[in-house]
Amino acid sequence: MSAALEFLRARTIFALILLLALFVGFVELVRPGTVTPLWVSNALMFAAPLAIMGGGQTLVMLTGGIDLSVSAVATGSAYLLATNASHGDFYALAIALSLGAIVGAVNGIGVALLRVQPLVMTLGTGLMTGGVMIVYSQQMMASQPHVPGLIQTLGAGKLAGFVPVDLFLWLIVGGVILFGLHRTGFGRLVYAVGDNAEACHLAGVRVWRVLFVDYLICSVLASITGLVLVGGTNAADLSLAESYLLPSVACVVIGGTSIFGGRGGYGGTIVGALILTVLTSLLTLLDVSEPAKQILFGAIILVLAAAYARLTE
Amino acid sequence: MIDVVIDAAPVLSIRGVAKSFGSVVALRSADLEVRPGEIHALMGANGAGKSTLVKIITGVYPSDSGEMRLAGAAARFRSPADARRAGVVSVYQDPAIVPDLTVAQNMRLARVPLAAVKSAMRELGIEGVDLATPARLVDFAILRLIDLARALASDPRILILDEITAALPADLSQRVFAVMRDRRSRGASVLFISHRLAEVTALCDRATVLRDGVTVGVTSTKDAAEQIVDLMLGSEVAKAAASVARPTRAPAKEAAALDVANLNYGHALRGVSFAVARGEVLGIAALEGQGQEALFDCIAGVRRADSGIVAANGVALKLRHPADAIRAGLVLVPANRLTSLLPQRSVQENVALAAFGRMRAWGPIALRAERERVGRAVARLQIDTRAAAEVRRLSGGNMQKVVIARWIAAGFKTLLCFDPTRGIDIGAKRQIYALLREVAEQGASVLLFTSELPEIRLVCDRALVLFGGRVAAEMPAAEATEAALLRAAHGLTEAAS
Repeated sequence: MSAALEFLRARTIFALILLLALFVGFVELVRPGTVTPLWVSNALMFAAPLAIMGGGQTLVMLTGGIDLSVSAVATGSAYLLATNASHGDFYALAIALSLGAIVGAVNGIGVALLRVQPLVMTLGTGLMTGGVMIVYSQQMMASQPHVPGLIQTLGAGKLAGFVPVDLFLWLIVGGVILFGLHRTGFGRLVYAVGDNAEACHLAGVRVWRVLFVDYLICSVLASITGLVLVGGTNAADLSLAESYLLPSVACVVIGGTSIFGGRGGYGGTIVGALILTVLTSLLTLLDVSEPAKQILFGAIILVLAAAYARLTE
Repeated sequence: MIDVVIDAAPVLSIRGVAKSFGSVVALRSADLEVRPGEIHALMGANGAGKSTLVKIITGVYPSDSGEMRLAGAAARFRSPADARRAGVVSVYQDPAIVPDLTVAQNMRLARVPLAAVKSAMRELGIEGVDLATPARLVDFAILRLIDLARALASDPRILILDEITAALPADLSQRVFAVMRDRRSRGASVLFISHRLAEVTALCDRATVLRDGVTVGVTSTKDAAEQIVDLMLGSEVAKAAASVARPTRAPAKEAAALDVANLNYGHALRGVSFAVARGEVLGIAALEGQGQEALFDCIAGVRRADSGIVAANGVALKLRHPADAIRAGLVLVPANRLTSLLPQRSVQENVALAAFGRMRAWGPIALRAERERVGRAVARLQIDTRAAAEVRRLSGGNMQKVVIARWIAAGFKTLLCFDPTRGIDIGAKRQIYALLREVAEQGASVLLFTSELPEIRLVCDRALVLFGGRVAAEMPAAEATEAALLRAAHGLTEAAS
């Protein structure tokens, strides 16, 4: 018993995977015959955008920060893509991604150079982005928004009718994040800044550069998430990614990244995103009402976070 | 009649007080007697236990054993407020003031009547300070006086001043002394802690000397400066004299590895100049708060000097960020090792950290090369890697070695070592001494501040003594006995010559 606990303590990712398997088993128990290859394929397709957004959130939370503008950026990017698609797909894509770059740069400047609290800074830029998008949507009434076919394929397509296309994007993004965090100098600095920024300063690291690039990457990933989402729904509206904000933080926390920074990683976030997706699916299956769903959702996250804290004590 | 007053029953009497923090013994057996109407000095080297004793008297910490009597009756305070009610009030070394509150709000926080504070401020000549100013905007020296005014406001029987003059310019110190004398004439007692011997002999009636947590002597301060120094040192002098005699190097002709000229920083540094030759270990000795922290920070690019020149190998440097100093080969091992460690990361990541200072190192890491480089540094410092996954699990000595190993791995020309052996065990200390000698013999330079004076002769080629932000003395290691260093550190150079 204690040996098993010791093992889980050293490799919390196994505990998370075990938990994921437990939830999947529960789904099968509630309605036998649900867990089919198609169900798995769908779960992966729905988990991908959350996991991509969670990747950016992981990078930011590893430095001890947080990005609350991700959902506004994702929504805005999706909307910009749809409303500019008539000018050409690449043009629309560039406009959409540049929103992420701009908001990310503003977040970076605020947090890294002006030393605004990340929570406050990104809350502010998130609200501003949302407001700007509303004004923009009122100007854009005339034009007919549509989602480019490429993006529709990305968000909803399945290769050979089975493998979701966004899984490939997730694999690429995930691979880059994992490699970047563990095998590059920048990744080392993300952890180092989160653990002790003063130590980095004393070691000759210009901490603001690390933070700036970090927030920039996070926002661009949020932008990409928006594209995947709008591809999936094929309809751009201004509440598209609203419901993704808190799950993007929750999957990082469930994945074991410390909100104080310096500890954790993307591996945990991946499993965290899968757990949240399966959990949503489970609650839908149980046919609970929306308020009850929210209560359960919140309670389960709390229990997981508490258990995790106990485990890593 | 006079005899009766002098030999009056003590107002405060401490017997055999001991206090440990975990495995660290701060006080072994402290005795102290303060008479009514006297200014009593509490003396001792850094770490002798002075501040701990003050905090026990005023109820900040409970003592492990021993007894305290106040005017003959056994007393034990549970908090400073408790002590204040009994008439024992302290001005601590670190100002007890909330920076974001105004001065007036701070006074209210301590439940001190404002009118009494104002009258004490008038007495100290700082009635011009606006009480509605946030405390953080008030000059540090003035804050010390406000803290003192707050203490005076409750009209204490025993006033305890812990290093109050360390941060004060001379004119403000004089005002404090005047108030102390006034309270003495009114029958109150003052327990005065200062590293400045001249102040103590001029002001105090008697002195109690602590060494390593034990009271080693009580003396009248009249003409007793040398005697107090001897008491503070104890028999260590003889022991240290018997140890290593270092070969001193002839001054090199080439440009100095590090050249500091006329460095100024606020009140902390006033025109400090010196040079460190290639292959030299230059020791710096000073009492607390003589500008050594500012000196190291200014050279390492952590703080910006007001004026003056720092040059490495003959090239004057623009130091705006530690990175600028590091690029010129000046690397810092800071006083508090925790400030330069990543507690949750591995030994390898900690040692390798300095390699990523430049953006061109942000790309893929050559892991094998890094492991070898780090491995060599770890082996050279003999770091115990059993708990290598998280640096916070290492012992203090091993943490310190990790900080040094970072620079061994990254490479440097001059190592700025601030008290690297503070609070670490003797084995690790020896390894660090040997390493400092070794890097010097290989042509690098070392600037070493140490609060343990025997280390100077053990490790350094030459020593400087700082006093009041100036270089008070310079001597070859052979002459840098503890007694000579301590005299110079107390500003008594003339007496020594």
